[in-house]
Amino acid sequence: MSENNNSQTSDLTREDVSKVANLAMLNLTEEDLDKYTPQLASILDLASQMNSFDLDDFEPTAHPHGLVNIYREDKVVETPDIREKALSAAPDVEDNQFKVPPALGEEL
Amino acid sequence: MSEINLNSAAQISAAVKSGEVSAVKVTEASLAQIEAKDTEINSFNTVSGEIALAQAEAVDQKVASGEELGPFAGVPIGVKDLFCTEGIKTTCSSKILENWVPPYNATCVEDFLAADAVIVGKTNCDEFGMGGSNENSAFGPVKNPLDTTRVPGGSSGGSAACVAAGMVPISLGTDTGGSVRQPASLCGLVGFKPTYGAVSRYGMVAFASSFDTVAAFSTNVADSAASFDLLAHADGRDATCIPGDRETVSDVVENYDGLDGLRVGVIKELAGDGIEGFEPEVIEQLNNSVNALADSGAKVDEVSLPGLEAAISAYYILNPAEASSNLARFDGVRFGLREPGGNTAEMIRASRTAGFGEEVKRRIMVGTYALSSGYYDAYYAKAQKLRALLIKEFTDAYKDFDVLLSPTSPVVAFPIGGIVDPMSLYLLDIATCPVNMAGLPAISVPFGTGAHGLPVGIQAIAPAMGEARMYKVAKALEEKQNG
Repeated sequence: MSENNNSQTSDLTREDVSKVANLAMLNLTEEDLDKYTPQLASILDLASQMNSFDLDDFEPTAHPHGLVNIYREDKVVETPDIREKALSAAPDVEDNQFKVPPALGEEL
Repeated sequence: MSEINLNSAAQISAAVKSGEVSAVKVTEASLAQIEAKDTEINSFNTVSGEIALAQAEAVDQKVASGEELGPFAGVPIGVKDLFCTEGIKTTCSSKILENWVPPYNATCVEDFLAADAVIVGKTNCDEFGMGGSNENSAFGPVKNPLDTTRVPGGSSGGSAACVAAGMVPISLGTDTGGSVRQPASLCGLVGFKPTYGAVSRYGMVAFASSFDTVAAFSTNVADSAASFDLLAHADGRDATCIPGDRETVSDVVENYDGLDGLRVGVIKELAGDGIEGFEPEVIEQLNNSVNALADSGAKVDEVSLPGLEAAISAYYILNPAEASSNLARFDGVRFGLREPGGNTAEMIRASRTAGFGEEVKRRIMVGTYALSSGYYDAYYAKAQKLRALLIKEFTDAYKDFDVLLSPTSPVVAFPIGGIVDPMSLYLLDIATCPVNMAGLPAISVPFGTGAHGLPVGIQAIAPAMGEARMYKVAKALEEKQNG
């Protein structure tokens, strides 16, 4: 890999990783934080390689060929009724609906 | 057909069609190979023997009644455990989907069934496709059949290993940053990735949606071309699938007659003169392949794509960002693992924490960070711009060249447990992930051996929807290789 002088460090802290895990709905132990913090920092530090390129003239690109909407023909097709199969894969079901523990009433 | 050759789809299909051998016999032979070898190799998560034999019987009935048969008649195939298969478990090699049985088939699975192929099982892979060594599977690592102390590559390591071990002639994989080409290279196989949008992804579990492609392994270029021709078509069920016709490639391979002035550009940065980490034996084989192509009538020159220096750094921001978003759907509500929790949020956290493996968590966290407020511009937006620069460099290169050439992997198959640092594994994607960033088609073809006598793969990269010329180069490499 090439050297570059304007390297940035992410300065990622355990608190940052803890916050990110919280946003991503993951629970981390103290040992997890010990392990992930330097790993995530080194991945993010690699981003400094991009600093040696002048990217001002480039538009952020999210699609390799330029995103366009592709529509299918407006034709009615038979859709198989997979309700039963779909529900059968769920961990908990009641009255043909997905069942979850209480979602309201406590701090989430 | 005195002995069933499980290395050639074309031979099997011809023999089944002519009645020389039954599809059931071929399937039994494939299942016997799996039984004999897979305890050690671990290439299958699920072997669907009964369903396979029923599919084979249906093919034999078609033969008996004189019905027309598809191009893969009676050919046993392995399907990466990332594709939905109706009635057969689809785990993504993750504990979070360990017992999930999809209610429908992926389009690529339907395509092979409609072509009268037989699905013998679901292949092991890195969890959700995240990895380059198949060591990130909840169901154990896959071993390379050429040397069982070494990795087969990844993430489609099981799909590569089952073909390399002679269990099936064809398998389906997914290629997001090299997950078919790299294991093909490490296992001595042919592996292609199509143009982004050329093959339907309906029924493929999404990982990084602006990079994901459906792809396949085979032992030879002709079987690879037949797979591409089968899979490449428009599909109304995938809104990212390009409408209209695709180039056919089987005829190109069949009628191959030299390269006739085709302009081939060897990518300087990936040829040992720029980015480090390429084994000298790999570069030596690249040089041999260049001579072979020149000998076949190609005009070969060097081309530089400086943006490749930062491709990995951009890819490992964009890929985790997309993954973190896609994997938000695994919440223990509609499918998969559920761990108990006092309220819904606790349940979701507990389920995701117990269900996802280490690498998956790493990517979800990197992606969440890169997309979070305050860091978006420094990471995600910048990486998207780098992607634009890389696309421009490829576009410019194709003004002077028809096909670009590089090694597929900087290294040959490495020992299981030999690379533990995640970053060191990411760096091995240097020749493959830029191709996904630009949405281009590419193919890895075995060409000679490197260290320890292990296979080296050479990658041919074509412009978008230019698969025909890519297969021309692949055929040229195969011919020279076989002498």
